[in-house]
Amino acid sequence: MFKVPFYVSLVFFLTLAFSSLQAAETIKIGVAGPLSGDLAPYGIPPKNAVVLAAEQMNKQGGLLGKQVEIVAVDDACKPEMATNGANKLVASHVVAVIGHVCSGATKAAMPIYQAASLPVISPSATSPELTLSGKYPLFFRTIPHDATQAMVQAQFIQTVLKAKTVAVVHDKGDYGKGLALLVAEELKRRGIKVVMVEGITPGAVDYSALIRKIRRAKPDVVAYGGYHPEATKIVAQARKRRIHAAFISGDGIKDPSFLKIGRHYVEGYYATSPRDLGKNALTQQVTKDLAKRNQQPGNFGLQAHAAFSALVKAIETAQSTDPQKIRHQLQTQQVESTLGKIGFDEKGDVVGPGFSVYQVQNHHFVDLHFQQK
Amino acid sequence: MPEWVYYFTEIFFSGLTRGSIYALIALGYTMVYGILGLINFAHGEVYMIGAFVGLIFASIFSILGWPVWSIFVLALLAAMLWSGAYGYTIEQVAYKPLRNAPRLAPLISAIGMSIFLREYVILAQSSDFRAFPALFETLPDFGAFGDFLQPSEAVIISTVLVALAGLFYLIRFTKTGRAMRAIAQDREMAMLLGVDSDRVISMTFIVGSALAAIGAVLISTQMGQINYNIGFIVGIKAFTAAVLGGIGSIGGAALGGLVLGLTEAFAAGYLSSDYEDVFAFLVLVLILVFKPSGLLGKNHTEKV
Repeated sequence: MFKVPFYVSLVFFLTLAFSSLQAAETIKIGVAGPLSGDLAPYGIPPKNAVVLAAEQMNKQGGLLGKQVEIVAVDDACKPEMATNGANKLVASHVVAVIGHVCSGATKAAMPIYQAASLPVISPSATSPELTLSGKYPLFFRTIPHDATQAMVQAQFIQTVLKAKTVAVVHDKGDYGKGLALLVAEELKRRGIKVVMVEGITPGAVDYSALIRKIRRAKPDVVAYGGYHPEATKIVAQARKRRIHAAFISGDGIKDPSFLKIGRHYVEGYYATSPRDLGKNALTQQVTKDLAKRNQQPGNFGLQAHAAFSALVKAIETAQSTDPQKIRHQLQTQQVESTLGKIGFDEKGDVVGPGFSVYQVQNHHFVDLHFQQK
Repeated sequence: MPEWVYYFTEIFFSGLTRGSIYALIALGYTMVYGILGLINFAHGEVYMIGAFVGLIFASIFSILGWPVWSIFVLALLAAMLWSGAYGYTIEQVAYKPLRNAPRLAPLISAIGMSIFLREYVILAQSSDFRAFPALFETLPDFGAFGDFLQPSEAVIISTVLVALAGLFYLIRFTKTGRAMRAIAQDREMAMLLGVDSDRVISMTFIVGSALAAIGAVLISTQMGQINYNIGFIVGIKAFTAAVLGGIGSIGGAALGGLVLGLTEAFAAGYLSSDYEDVFAFLVLVLILVFKPSGLLGKNHTEKV
């Protein structure tokens, strides 16, 4: 009678033992970002780039003699889904996370990673406080934060567009509002008049009242902080109402669907975005390898690839996946990546790549090679 | 003309455009509530489906190179037809089997229907934004007057007026309309007198859904893009408009839509669009405090 439970428990015990043995044979790295929803075009390329890098690494013998396994979770850029995803990654024993993609989602997930002491490298979360607040010592990013971007935008508005008055509009989100308010602040500091700072509700039926208000204020430039769907709606309605002000936004709009949906209305639209790295040999190689799989580096694929390179080098040099050792390595090493030679500063911000300004010309984003002074 | 009058008129027309769209969709909520005492939470999704049907037909006719007006009218009719069919099916599948169930049951199945329809559109059409053919772009410019009122806004407002007049005629002067009013007053009595309540309820869903489809095609052409999520905020706003006007009252829904649209436009135009939603709901709260049954709603005494 009593033998059965004993064998059963033995079986369970052994299964568990085996499964933990199996788990130890791979090194798991998490990838998190929007793989579905409106903002999926920002999340799928980073995942693809990391998967590519991991597969190539596995072919050459893996990391610390083990195979690298990528665990991807979808957060749809929503904070509530990001916390779920973060818990899932922690539970599946990843050694580090590459992600999240959106700032809001990253902010929501960070406390969970912090509690589990997992190093996180985001390819795209640009909200300044993630690093500047010092709350998350294990957070790194391979993209410069918004304050840098805001500085470039303000400088471009002043020196190239030579604007006297600017209207600042944002989508009330972590990324859009954060960037827009920094731009407004920077413009005021430079003595440019900010005629209005307003937030909109994404998904509202129409924006004509706001557009009419902008036309009344007659700004030289409209700076919009947010993502491409609302940006196309606002610029199209503005152009239909004969507002000829220049429009400028951050990297949140630099997406092919911005060009496709905005059609001729987005011609001349300016966007600040990480510098074009087309000439870097490694970048070209990665782009080519992705193209073989019918994939594109997108906006943040190269940043994600660079995050992977930096992480892998840190683990290899430290010969360990200990979070503190990884952190120390990341802050002291320099690594050749798809973003050129990069390192990280004390706070976790990337050192190396910078921003440039792009303009929509004939349905393409053209690099204006704007040099920040 | 002084500058402030000029600006005021502009903002007024913004509010009118927005409000007339809210009114169209609010009618769907209010008609269903009036007859069944049920909030059809899938109504926003019917609106979204109307937009997608309009997109498909408008794209096909645009490729064929038909004149803009015929494209607009045909896309509108197709969207109304399809949305009407969806409205009918939703009623048959999700609400009819629950007609005598406790009130909470159809509410839950409405929410389920709403989720189902969104996911269905994601699978069928992807979650990306789709460009909607800009049918109003070729309209003649009104010249200086165009600053007040864009040609597209004139089309929206007048189409909504025609739709409202049609609905008023349907409800006031046709047999179906009389049956609808009878059922709204007392369903059991109407049935005893030989009114086919199932048919009238189906009709209510079809009409409400077709109205939502008109709103969807109009605003999608204006904004130029749609995705699976557009029904959500519009649904909430239109529901608010219906409550504001007095849920169950047709005139109330139209009035509520206009009040809500104008409030939002003036809040955005004179204060800040940051607070547009805050003011919309502030007005709702104020009206409900002083008139708990809404602007045109009647105080219902519970029948024993």
